[in-house]
Amino acid sequence: MIPLSHYLVVGALLFAISVVGIFINRKNLVIILMAIELLLLAANMNFVAFSYYLGDLSGQVFVFFILTVAAAEAAVGLAILIVLFRTRRSINVQDLDRLQG
Amino acid sequence: MRVRSRVRVRQTLGTAKTVTFLQLIFYIFATVLVGASLMVITVRNPVRAALFLVLAFFSAACLWLTLEAEFLAITLVLVYVGAVMVLFLFVIMMLDVNIAQMRAGFARYLPLGLIVAVVMAGELTLVMLSGEFGLQQAPRPAGHAADYSNTRALGEVIYTDYVFAFELAALILLVAIIAAISLTLRRRPQTRNQSPKDQVRVRKQDRLRVVRMPTSPQDKP
Repeated sequence: MIPLSHYLVVGALLFAISVVGIFINRKNLVIILMAIELLLLAANMNFVAFSYYLGDLSGQVFVFFILTVAAAEAAVGLAILIVLFRTRRSINVQDLDRLQG
Repeated sequence: MRVRSRVRVRQTLGTAKTVTFLQLIFYIFATVLVGASLMVITVRNPVRAALFLVLAFFSAACLWLTLEAEFLAITLVLVYVGAVMVLFLFVIMMLDVNIAQMRAGFARYLPLGLIVAVVMAGELTLVMLSGEFGLQQAPRPAGHAADYSNTRALGEVIYTDYVFAFELAALILLVAIIAAISLTLRRRPQTRNQSPKDQVRVRKQDRLRVVRMPTSPQDKP
């Protein structure tokens, strides 16, 4: 049978891959948003695995809410991206220095 | 004699290494998921990245099916593959970005990113394979009966214990709709558009003017 740890390892690999994706795609905001989606998927994988192996449905309810928030985040993030591209003609992260942060 | 012992060895090996069908599909989908997510972050074209992300979500949904989370698996496919990824593709195709210039700093941050990722994945894997999450500590539950409905069970929990959080989730979606629309809405002065307010308010005198004029040269008004 498949132990719980194998699902957790898949989630950990996904998490690491998405973090390195945020690191190396510094020029492209779209890929960074996709990496954030992958990161949330890794968290959801752990929630679903624990929910099944511990026999508690609350984990799946949490995944439901995370999916909702992630969808909202994607919509607002892409809207901000479009406004950004209209004003700066670029989605390069290094061009976004107007706030002087 | 020798042949017989070899056969026995092969039999014991065969029983020890039996891979069930569930394990087989788990490893196939896990491999596809990790490979697709690697492609998402390394591929050059954002459209291809979005398509690989679709593949990753789909394999994750299949993995969730092996965990008997049917409702969430279908939701992942419908909401993510059907809506969010289409949104991503729309936005990618609307923005005409220079791909070659976008990949310029790719190799610069690669070593640091790889170090962080390898250390993080190694640490997490060490903890998770340490035996605390093995089959002895958390045995895989026997599957539910054939008439068990995951959707029904989830609905019973959501609409009783988590109903307040459920309403909040609906509110978050509403706020996201309003935010996305109000962020991207713009009024361009040169576009021709209708104003229903002015159309309703118009009177006959504004549009129509009755003039008396001769229809033929003979008759005089």
